[in-house]
Parts: sequence; C-alpha cells; structure tokens
Amino acid sequence: MAGRPLSTRGERLFHCSRTPRCGRPVSSESSAVMDILPFLLVQCLNALSQAALLFFLGVGLTLIFGIMRIVNFAHGTFYMFGAFLGYSAVRVTGSFWAGLVLGPMVAGGIGAAFELGLLRRLYKRDDSAFLMVTFGLTLVLGEIIRLVWGVNALQVEVPDALSGIVFLLDEPFPVYRLFLVASGAIVAVGIWQFLERTRLGLLIRATSQNAEMVHALGVDVNLVRSGIFGIGCGLAALGGVLAAPLLSASLGMAGNAIIDAFVIVIIGGMGSFPGSLLAAILVAFVQVFGTYYFPDFAMAAMYLLMLLVLVVRPGGLLGKEA
Amino acid sequence: MLRIEGLNTHYGASHILQGVDLAVPRGRICAVLGRNGVGKTTTVRSIMGLVPPTSGRVLLDGQDIAGWAPHLVARAGVAYVPEGRLIFPDLSVLENIRVGERKPAKVWTVDRLLALFPSLHERAGNRGWQLSGGEQQMLAIARALVSDPRVVLLDEPSQGLAPLVVRELAGVIRTLCAEGVTILLIEQNMKLAEAVADELHIMVKGRIVYGASPEVFRAEEAEIRGRYLTV
Repeated sequence: MAGRPLSTRGERLFHCSRTPRCGRPVSSESSAVMDILPFLLVQCLNALSQAALLFFLGVGLTLIFGIMRIVNFAHGTFYMFGAFLGYSAVRVTGSFWAGLVLGPMVAGGIGAAFELGLLRRLYKRDDSAFLMVTFGLTLVLGEIIRLVWGVNALQVEVPDALSGIVFLLDEPFPVYRLFLVASGAIVAVGIWQFLERTRLGLLIRATSQNAEMVHALGVDVNLVRSGIFGIGCGLAALGGVLAAPLLSASLGMAGNAIIDAFVIVIIGGMGSFPGSLLAAILVAFVQVFGTYYFPDFAMAAMYLLMLLVLVVRPGGLLGKEA
Repeated sequence: MLRIEGLNTHYGASHILQGVDLAVPRGRICAVLGRNGVGKTTTVRSIMGLVPPTSGRVLLDGQDIAGWAPHLVARAGVAYVPEGRLIFPDLSVLENIRVGERKPAKVWTVDRLLALFPSLHERAGNRGWQLSGGEQQMLAIARALVSDPRVVLLDEPSQGLAPLVVRELAGVIRTLCAEGVTILLIEQNMKLAEAVADELHIMVKGRIVYGASPEVFRAEEAEIRGRYLTV
C-alpha cells in the first residue's frame, strides 16, 4: 500500500468516492455512506494520532500528581525539551530512532535529578512551594533551550520509513500519523503492564494510595518519587520527540502543551492512568471534529468538555471524587 | 529484643512522650494500655521513625535505631500494623501483602500466611476496600509478617471490630506468639490485652507508670483501673 505517488490522489478520489463502482446499482443513500466512511476513518485516525501525543503529555503529569500530590508546572517544558533533544539527536546520529530513545532518557534523567536535588527538600512545605519551584524550572529550562538551540523553529524530518502515504478506503493518509497511533497504543499498553506486573509499578500504585504506609513497610518512597518524576518527564519528552516532525521544535510548544496536559489530567481524573488515556482520546476527537465542523469554536470545545466534566464529575471521569 | 529508654517526642510545642521506658523480651507479647491521648500511638510511631523522637534510645537487639527513617527501621526488622489498619484500598489482597514482601519471605511465606488466614485466601483477588474490618486487620497483620520481622508493633488491632472478631484476633495473636513472634501491642480493649499479653503496661501522660504480669495485674485490677484507666 505504501509509496503510491501522491499525484494520483485527486484522480483516485474522484473515481472511487464520487462514482458508483463496478456498474453495481447503488442507491443514493448508500452512496452517501460510501462518501462519509473514508472521511470518518481518516478523521478518526487523525484524532487517534492526536490522542497519542496528548496521552504522552497527560499521563506523565497524572502519574506525578498521583504519587507526589504536586502539580509539575514544568511538564510542558519537558515536552518542548524533548522536541529539541530529538532534533539534535537526529542531527548528530542521523537517526530519528536514536532521538526517540535518547530524548526521553536525557529529559527523564534531568527530571529525576531535579527531584533529587530540589523538590525533595520541599515535601514538608505547602503546595505553593512546588508551584514556585517547578514554574522556576520552566523559566530556567526554557532559557537554556533558547540559548542552546536559538529562537527559530527547527524542522525535524520524518524518517524515510515513515514518510510515505497510505490509502485507506482510497483516502490518502500519512504513514507517520499511523505510526503515532501505534506508538500511543504500545506505550499505553506498556505503562499499564508496567504498573500491573512489576514491583516498581506495584509500589507506585501503593504509594499513590498511602505513601507513609509504604515507607513504614520498608520501601524508600523517596526513590519511588524520583523514579516517577523522571518517568513522567521522560514520557513528556517522548511526546515532544514524536510531535517534532509534525509541529517542528519551537519555543512556543511548552505553553500550549502545559495547558493541554492540565486539561487531560483534569478531565481524566488527577492521578488516574486509564483516565489520562480516556481523556486524551476524548479531547483529541473533540479537537479534530470540532476543527472540521465548528472551526470558530474548535479552541473552546476542549474547555467546554472540561467544564462539562467538572460539573458532572468534579474529580474527573475516572478520578476519586474530589 | 526491643528496648526503649527515656524516649521523648514532641509534636510542635507539645511534649507527648516524656521519657518512655519499655522492654519487650524476645518471643513475648507486651501490651501497653492507657486512655486516649496519653501517647500510645506516638510511641509506636516514634519507634517506626514516622515521628522522629527528640531524645532517648530505641534499641533493637542492642542497636540504637532511634531517629532512623521509617524504611530503615522496617528493614532492621520492625513491622508495623497501624491504627486503622491502613490497607491499600485499591490493591488486591495479594498485592497488599506483596508491598510488604521486600525479599522472598523465608519464615512467613505468602502461602503460609494464606493458610493462617483462610478468609484472606478466599478473598485473595478482592480489593482492600471490599474487605470487612476483621479481614482488613488480618491483612494488615499478614502484610507485616511477610517481611519476617523481629518484632511486630500492633496498634489498636481490636478497634471497631465486633466481639466475635476480636476473639478470633486474640487466637491469631496467640498463634503468632506460639510461633515465636515478638509483639508490642497497643490496646484500649483491656480484655484482649489481658487475654494475650505476657506483660501489661499502663501509660499515663507520656510515661509508662505501671508494669506487671497478667496474674499480678488481675489481683490489683480494681485499684489500677480506678487510678489510671477510668476517666
């Protein structure tokens, strides 16, 4: 399927979507269905690829909140950091895949080090201390990124293997977006299995329910906290690396990302992993279909959804009641 | 085994523990009785390092563990069954136990614990919040034992349990004693304490003011009750 020349697109669309095929008599109703199906498929896949990026953003924030009860204001900056790290990794190694591994590792390591060096000293303070310090980190990290990479948006090439177009029900669709859908699914299943089946996953779930009890059972919860902070920042950076070929790496990424991430976490329920997945999918569908049907209100649609959820379930769809 | 000497603990400006002295010999059950608010729970929380004591010693087989971080106290061999049980509500029964199992248990294996607590065996896949109070208490004890502790701190295990369940609990505690587990038992339920303990201590205003065997305690009970325990 892949690698068909783009130039045939209009012609194929014309032949396949607008005219009944193979001389079979088709009623006007079912031809309308034939028209809408490819459109729906493509829009749904678009939404799912968008959902994957939103999920990478939201899941890290919600895991961090679940364990540490703090809001990591720097989360969007780690996402942006990931995009720039991905850009450099591609430049240096020539491989997008290297960026996909190195970006999250570097960002996750810096996140964990930040928790170890700074956040850890603040646990006995009130919540505003965390807001101040993580907000401070957004400024510092943002400035470092500006100094290292400059102010211009940096384009990241889609790797050759993923740069093609496939035809789905004769509609063209970028392979890269399919790859995003697949990576979202793989990472979601991976996190789920990690939480359910590994010792660290068990400790993460237990710590989110009662950190003091876990501590008294002989587990160094501070290590669990550093680990989860690093993992969360790494996941945000993974989203950034994956988003870079679509959006390019730019200094404006962080602001939008942190808002999206907050919306995901609030809709899904603070600290809920399945909630973040559900919310990412919902928000992505609202964004994609909103942009198509109500372009003027597309931006507002996401907030309306959040408002609705907050009215009906203040703790989020899958969160504990607030 | 566990020896507390001159333990002082403050919550902010209030002086909660005012020089607690207490010894729990190996393989024995030591009960501490006292009214609400005299510092019984603070005593176990100070031993665990959850509330760092301001002065005094907590000797575990001669090693001073006072002021250690909770996870280090636990790793030294002190297991904690907290007041209110504090089961992880969204984890299954087995997962609750596994959190406490830092390395594969040698003495109190999961299989053995499930044999000791048949009701937990039946509900192994249930979530913590689905258990009754008695089952939660058994689970909290199992979660503590799975670390093969040298000493178990049991804080108000009978709280909120029906008399029949308290009787079952007494049976469990006696079984543990027969297996050589050392226990520091904090209780308000004098019946339970009398039924299982080898030594009874009474705490008043942050100090241990009385200690005796259950036989001696029973002989002096009327006077002791009037002096220390009734409001």
